[in-house]
Amino acid sequence: MPEILASVLDGLLIGLVYGLAAIGLTLIFGVMDVVNLAHGAVIALGMFAVYLLFGAGLHPYLGLFVVALIGLAFGVVVYLVAVRPIINAPPLMTLLSTFSVSMIIIGVGTAVWSTSPYNVNFPVTTLRILGYTVTSARLVAALAAVLVTGFLYYFLYRTTLGKAVRAVANNREAAELMGIPSQQILAISFGIGTALAMLSGALIATLFPFTILSGGIYELKSFVASVLGGLGNPTGALFGGVILGLIEGSVAPFIKISWTNVIEFVIFVLILLFFPTGLFGGRR
Amino acid sequence: MKLFARPFFWLIVAVTLLYALLPTLGQNVTLRETLVLSAIYIILAANLNLMIGYTGYVNFGSIVFFGLGGYLTLWLVGGHHWGLYPAVLLAGAVTSLLAFLLGIGVLRLRGAYFALATIGINEAVKDFVANFDPWGGAEGIFLPFTAFKAMGGPGKALWTVYLLIVLVMGLSLLVAYLVKRSKFGLGLFAIREDEDAAMVLGVKAPLFKTLVYSLSAFLPAVAGGLYFFKNGSIIPDEAFNLHLSIEAIVMVMLGGQGTVTGAAVGAALYERLRGLLLTIPGLSNFHLVIAGVLLLLIILFAPGGLMGWLYRAWPRLRRVLE
Amino acid sequence: MKRLWVLLALMGALAFAQGNTITIGLTVSKTGKYNVESVNQLHGIELWQKWVNDQGGIPIGGKRYKVALKYYDDESKAERVQQLYSRLISQDKVDFLISPYSSGLTAKAAIISEQYGKIMVATGAASDSIFKLGYEHVYQIYTPASRYLTGTLDMLRAADAKLKKIAIVYEDSKFAKAVATAAKAYAQKKGFDVVLFEGYPKSTTDFGPIINKIKAAGAEALVGGGHYADGATFARQLYEQKVPLKMIALLVAPASDEFAQLGDAALGVVAPSQWEPLVKYQQTCGPSPAQFTKMYQDAYGKLPAYRAAGGFAAGLVLQRALMDAGTTDPAKVKAALDAMDVTIFFGHIKFSTDPASHGLQLGHEMVQIQWQKKGGQLAKQIVWPLGAKTADLVYPIR
Repeated sequence: MPEILASVLDGLLIGLVYGLAAIGLTLIFGVMDVVNLAHGAVIALGMFAVYLLFGAGLHPYLGLFVVALIGLAFGVVVYLVAVRPIINAPPLMTLLSTFSVSMIIIGVGTAVWSTSPYNVNFPVTTLRILGYTVTSARLVAALAAVLVTGFLYYFLYRTTLGKAVRAVANNREAAELMGIPSQQILAISFGIGTALAMLSGALIATLFPFTILSGGIYELKSFVASVLGGLGNPTGALFGGVILGLIEGSVAPFIKISWTNVIEFVIFVLILLFFPTGLFGGRR
Repeated sequence: MKLFARPFFWLIVAVTLLYALLPTLGQNVTLRETLVLSAIYIILAANLNLMIGYTGYVNFGSIVFFGLGGYLTLWLVGGHHWGLYPAVLLAGAVTSLLAFLLGIGVLRLRGAYFALATIGINEAVKDFVANFDPWGGAEGIFLPFTAFKAMGGPGKALWTVYLLIVLVMGLSLLVAYLVKRSKFGLGLFAIREDEDAAMVLGVKAPLFKTLVYSLSAFLPAVAGGLYFFKNGSIIPDEAFNLHLSIEAIVMVMLGGQGTVTGAAVGAALYERLRGLLLTIPGLSNFHLVIAGVLLLLIILFAPGGLMGWLYRAWPRLRRVLE
Repeated sequence: MKRLWVLLALMGALAFAQGNTITIGLTVSKTGKYNVESVNQLHGIELWQKWVNDQGGIPIGGKRYKVALKYYDDESKAERVQQLYSRLISQDKVDFLISPYSSGLTAKAAIISEQYGKIMVATGAASDSIFKLGYEHVYQIYTPASRYLTGTLDMLRAADAKLKKIAIVYEDSKFAKAVATAAKAYAQKKGFDVVLFEGYPKSTTDFGPIINKIKAAGAEALVGGGHYADGATFARQLYEQKVPLKMIALLVAPASDEFAQLGDAALGVVAPSQWEPLVKYQQTCGPSPAQFTKMYQDAYGKLPAYRAAGGFAAGLVLQRALMDAGTTDPAKVKAALDAMDVTIFFGHIKFSTDPASHGLQLGHEMVQIQWQKKGGQLAKQIVWPLGAKTADLVYPIR
């Protein structure tokens, strides 16, 4: 029995990090109806950003703040170059343009770092709580995911800029009529979504080794988590991530691990089919 | 039949013959291996175009049909000693039927939701097959050498398979053309422009979408069977390679979505471009970047692709090149 | 002595003037997922080419043949391999072939080589299944997957006669699954109780669920793994989670020098390896292991990994067959390969001639390495077979 409990707790902790990645994806979709296919590549960039900062002597947890700022700036640039000109075109166009951004990032990344694995090697302590073994890195990553989410909520509900983001998400035309500069808000939202993706990548890099291609699997998990929570709903995405982690943790003791992915993707397709607005209601 | 009076029909025939004869005349195997990739790309792009270009549904996971066709064929040929011809036909039919059943469900989704679902389907099938022991799981299926001997040795078998793939390519173009010229195609284009309005006008959108989804699965599945037979083996990562699926979208966009010529030219060009980038030293590391930049430029500045640009330059071309 | 050198040089120059060259074709994964391993392998092949050409070429039937290499980048992708091997054969008119890196790519290339009846020496491909399809012109250098872990299990049995419960956990890839399946059968034959037999998906980075299962099953030893990235991660997380295992043996990853980066997590981890610079084989042709290692170090400034050694060995085996045949006639060279039974720096080389498994490597054996602390430094030591060992196995490790 304790093994199952350990497995579920592990799932919960990693699920919070999946949730953070999913929020980045779902926020962009919620505000501008763009499914960001560069999400995975950006997550991988976050991993390498924290790796490079660590190499320059910055502790990974301090590096997170820098990574967030880089993410914000990078997101705004991507928005201006690849999304803004076609923001009103059919969804295929933004899917493809963000995908082309992904190709460019991964292509440059492969040329620079090849596809070999990298590690952020900083001292990690192992804690034992009532027979449950966990590393400090996992606890900190989960905690950081919760804190960032809390901060995001504070931003969205308590600041003028955040309220403007929500207004644009609800109804862009109406927001414009109210004098909100919607293009700037869209750029900032894309920046925030990118920053969240890079942050989640940075946190994952403190747990596991990674390659430039590692973002792909977390992109797929972000899709599943945000669809579970309802596309466009940040809280839902966080819970979606947690549910995903819990599923991974709680089915693992009973089935072959390699079936976990099958189960996840089947749930993903079924949720899309039968609860297209997610379990918590999304924005369509 | 009126079909024979159409110049475009003869153009398809000519291109198909060209692909069939060019390497055969000089028994040029290198050319054959280059053209086989080109032909496969054309098949994938032409059939994907039925969904993206005609109906306006972005199928990100179209490669799942190709992979399933490959798996079914190799399973029948390798495990059950079927001949290649009945095996690929059955593989095509079964995949098409599966697509029909699946389509009833997923085609209720629109836009980004549909796109995401198709990614999910491909990944689910890939992971399922990787765990499915009758198909070798992660080890995949390897064809015994006897399978080639039955067709007169591998040398002869590979030529036969090449010609069959070219035939499937010709059929794909023909189907794309016929659908475009039919009432069915008109319905699809109506769905692309405005699905709700099309329904009001009496287009049976759900049926049409499901049919075209199923149709777009058949020839890629047959091609998958032939291609993986030629490879002699199949593993999940190669069969359900999401990347190839997305490259197929790039090909359609490059040539011009919604046009038969565009999908074909886009596919052939993309294959040439990739081959070229790979052989130029110094650029081979950057081929993904260059493909990405190219795609972005097309989207931003020439969303109609090559054909869109040609049509604008010579409007009369529209009548000749479909 | 000096005169001999002059003579040799003259003969070499003469051979060159006559234009006697043997061209060997292959594809290399210069880009894509196999780039590191494949380029490593190429270095070995190029070193062989240089080594043999420096001697004036391969002496075949009284003449000397220089070796030329012709290769293209296959991007680690199956669809390029057949295209490029066809090109090598029909357009570049190469005489012999060496396989691409990895079993998956080699299987694709084998169909083409078989179609033309071209001899292909396969290195970097450990799968058994390629050699059970009825091919007649493909020859394997590596110890096949089915015998990958048998030495490890023999060693474990020798170290601990009482141990029962072992877990076999493998990457869900063609290679690792084949190894694990064969290891399971062998383990049961050796009287082990396989309490956990399970694959994990290729892209796995979080081994938490698997580790929980290993604990729950009460396994005392673990064998498994897959390739580099997953193996390194697995070892690290096993260490962080303090799993009480007496032996951890993983495929591929611990055999790489980069594995030392794991620090304490690497300590005690065992791996089967195709070859190690410290091996002491008594070669009957070609350089000795120490000579090869020195040559490689001089050329590339680092110790050769087993893939590089495999590349050199592929060339050497082909060279030996040509010399034995005394002609470049493919049928005679094939006969020489079929009859080959030699020990080179890489180990014993002998191919199966049974039609059901033609070309399968029968002679070569794995060595077992373990990461041990030597003077405060982590280093690989050979711990099995006993005749080749450089240190005793540390057991149990935790």
